[in-house]
Amino acid sequence: MLARIGVKDIDALFADIPADKLLKAPVDLPRRKGELEVERQLGRLAAKNVPASSVPFFVGAGAYKHHVPATVDHLIQRSEFLTSYTPYQPEIAQGTLQYLFEFQTQVALLTGMEVANASMYDGSTGTGEAVLMAHRITKRRKAVLSGGLHPHYADVVRTLSHMASDSVVSAPASPLADEDLIALIDGETSCVVVQNPDVFGNIRDLRPIAAAAQAKGALLIAVFTEAVSLGLIESPGAMGADIVVGEGQSIGNALNFGGPYVGLFAAKQKYVRQMPGRLCGETVDAEGQRGFVLTLSTREQHIRRDKATSNICTNSGLCCLAFTIHMTLLGEAGLKRLARINHANAVKLADALAGVKGVSILNKAFFNEFTLRVPGKAADVVEKLAGKGVLGGVPYSRLAPEAGLDDLILVASTEVNSDDDRAAFVAALKEVL
Amino acid sequence: MLNNQGRPTAAGEATGSAHPTFTGNQALQIEEALLFEIGRADCTGVDLDEPASFTPRLGGLERRGDIGLVGLSEPETMRHFVRLSQKNYGIDTGLFPLGSCTMKHNPRLNEKMARLPGFADIHPLQPQSTVQGALELIDQLAHWLMVLTGTSAVAMSPKAGAHGELAGMMAIKAAIDAKGEGAIRNVVLVPESAHGTNPATAALIGFVVKPVPARADGTVHVEDVQALLGPDVAAIMLTNPNTCGIFEPQIVEIARAMHDAGAYFYCDGANFNAIVGKARPGDLGIDAMHINLHKTFSTPHGGGGPGAGPVVLSDRLARFAPLPFIRRDGSHYALVETADQAGDVQAFGRVTAFHGQMGMYVRALAYMLSHGSDGMKQASEDAVLNANYIRAGLEDLMSLPFPDHPSMHEALFDDSWLKDTGVTTLDFAKAMIDEGYHPMTMYFPLVVHGAMLIEPTESESRASLDLFIMTLRDLALRAKRGETERFSAAPYHAPRRRLDETRAARNPILRWTPPQPIQQAAE
Repeated sequence: MLARIGVKDIDALFADIPADKLLKAPVDLPRRKGELEVERQLGRLAAKNVPASSVPFFVGAGAYKHHVPATVDHLIQRSEFLTSYTPYQPEIAQGTLQYLFEFQTQVALLTGMEVANASMYDGSTGTGEAVLMAHRITKRRKAVLSGGLHPHYADVVRTLSHMASDSVVSAPASPLADEDLIALIDGETSCVVVQNPDVFGNIRDLRPIAAAAQAKGALLIAVFTEAVSLGLIESPGAMGADIVVGEGQSIGNALNFGGPYVGLFAAKQKYVRQMPGRLCGETVDAEGQRGFVLTLSTREQHIRRDKATSNICTNSGLCCLAFTIHMTLLGEAGLKRLARINHANAVKLADALAGVKGVSILNKAFFNEFTLRVPGKAADVVEKLAGKGVLGGVPYSRLAPEAGLDDLILVASTEVNSDDDRAAFVAALKEVL
Repeated sequence: MLNNQGRPTAAGEATGSAHPTFTGNQALQIEEALLFEIGRADCTGVDLDEPASFTPRLGGLERRGDIGLVGLSEPETMRHFVRLSQKNYGIDTGLFPLGSCTMKHNPRLNEKMARLPGFADIHPLQPQSTVQGALELIDQLAHWLMVLTGTSAVAMSPKAGAHGELAGMMAIKAAIDAKGEGAIRNVVLVPESAHGTNPATAALIGFVVKPVPARADGTVHVEDVQALLGPDVAAIMLTNPNTCGIFEPQIVEIARAMHDAGAYFYCDGANFNAIVGKARPGDLGIDAMHINLHKTFSTPHGGGGPGAGPVVLSDRLARFAPLPFIRRDGSHYALVETADQAGDVQAFGRVTAFHGQMGMYVRALAYMLSHGSDGMKQASEDAVLNANYIRAGLEDLMSLPFPDHPSMHEALFDDSWLKDTGVTTLDFAKAMIDEGYHPMTMYFPLVVHGAMLIEPTESESRASLDLFIMTLRDLALRAKRGETERFSAAPYHAPRRRLDETRAARNPILRWTPPQPIQQAAE
């Protein structure tokens, strides 16, 4: 091959690298290993972790342990899905494009919105993008964040806004959902960002906030971190949201220690040209047959460069495929039933924990997650519970140490929890308090 | 060979021309309706039991009415998505020479490792004492990335390449702000050949983008950069090897010029796969560079994601990393998740919830361990060898805009060789589909006319490259001979003929809606 190229050795092809920068010896890292040895080495690391399915597990706060049907993981590993690229050559990517079109339809229906895109990286980055989108639409640059917004999400928005010299007003953390967000909206406000159910698990009525925001020319951005909740509670679209953004991990995707996940992003039709991310649309081919293509790409960075609506170049392809397949298996009936099971399990758990002396449940209304107030430091309680083999939730102080809410544990319960799990949690909590 | 009646078949019996079928299917190529056209509201493929009666606590905010979703049974679901998959081209289907995108083999060991319950079934907010192995893995991967790039810090959490760019440029902005120069330094230099994400990223956080002209040889010259430097320049964003597939020969001088002017050097690491184990970007003077784990380190592209884009940082920027990061204390690993835990690091905040793309980290580390320092160097050399082999096999027929530099991992052609043939780059790409190949990257980079950017990667054998070269030579000769119809209406043999993208954009249909009743439609 070198002869055909016309060079004498491989380094002749690297001649543009300054000679003193070309490495003379291999870098200081181990040499190649066989498959067996790599499995052993990574297996040892994996064995040091405690998987959710191995213990009574009640951790949520933005990522949820659900049962994913075996069909989902089989299908997403088909070579033609797994090893394909962004569908820029639509004639040989109709598989990807059709499921994206189905995904967009499912997300639009679920959120009660008119249009949805082909996904963002995750719910948090989607929220940052939604705020920028609201700024473009309203030509204002101030976002108001609810104190019930997941602190990581709020931090992503604040980071982006700080860097872009936009302003952010954050309401204080509100475990009782009793904040007065409407008072924070003024004529400079571009958007109000409200999570529902909020990070403390409270179900919020978005309608008064939507009305108040829209009366002042601002948009309501509704956020959710638990997509299954939308099987049971009113959709953000029906409550007046202008943009809806959420985390889709709950449907079809494993916990994966925080990623990869899939950001869901939906909006009113009139804002579609200000949306970030990829959009898949219907068209016809040269013979008049229906087909699908990526469309409205004049919004995107590869065409518009510094004038694009976002710098995003990827979506979360395989994770939205997992979402689409799981949602197809669930269907309307299955999703609603899954949501009822989640709520029923959380109600049972809340009642069981409420019987433990010294603790209280803060929420009046919740879906599959609620806030438990414990005597003493929540972080210590959670650590002691782990010592008893129960992963009993997230201390709110881990997410937002500056809030001074050191006695709150966010507790989630899904369809994976059994009566035995609940009993183990109650018994362990009694022991550690 | 006998058929099931025991009658021998011979080729002569099957010489008729193709006719339309009743179903519209063509043997293995099966038409598949939309989910919403075949699903039912009451159908579910999931066997969950209805919960026992209980009193809901939803605060009166129960959903009213139907969502509109539909379901399929498990076998129907399987068939629907298997049929869809069969309309897709993947690396496992054939050569996928998409320049800049690095479509290399995705080892299935990586998939297997990422699915170990100890990695896939752990929650980002479990007590850290229960995820020490996960933190150790991230720390190990970070170590490999720092050693391979010759840098001293890496921010792991960015979710994709463009997100890594964003985190890196934020670090630069934070460093400039810390020096009190935020109000002055607001210009970012971006060569015309750059990926679109570079100017989009800079603009997203308020920088003003100034283009750097490309020279006739496809590289950026230090004098052109120096001419643009001033107290207002914050950084340059330069891809290396660049998007023309050339290693920037003056990169060290450019880095020095940036630093002398008090500015920073952001390197787009999309093409790092050409030089892994051969040269270290840190030695070249870069301050920040994202690494697309889905390009260089073989994590699957998955039809457009998920990616992962850790960004390495030089000593100058290491103090300005985003949250979170991992701190090692002996054999204990701790996540630094908030600013008050960060100590000397002036963390500028989060770019995402949680800690990044763990599933991709496992895959990338599995690739690194499998290849080792020696194997990764060889992969870079093989990728470069393969690209130059294709270039040598085609350069007499197709036109090379930049013949003076060797190609790195990808070979760039322009469309001047197609002049007067009536065939465009797009037509040529679509004809490749009929030959069973995924087209190369076309019309990018923007600095050459009708660009065709071919990246074979190290995954292809010599036999595979020879067949590819012969195929492209055959097509090129046919284009020059005036067989325009083969090109202008291609593809003929794909699941769909050429699709009307203009129509899709003019009247966007972005979701399925139920067919309207006839009376209503007539109103």
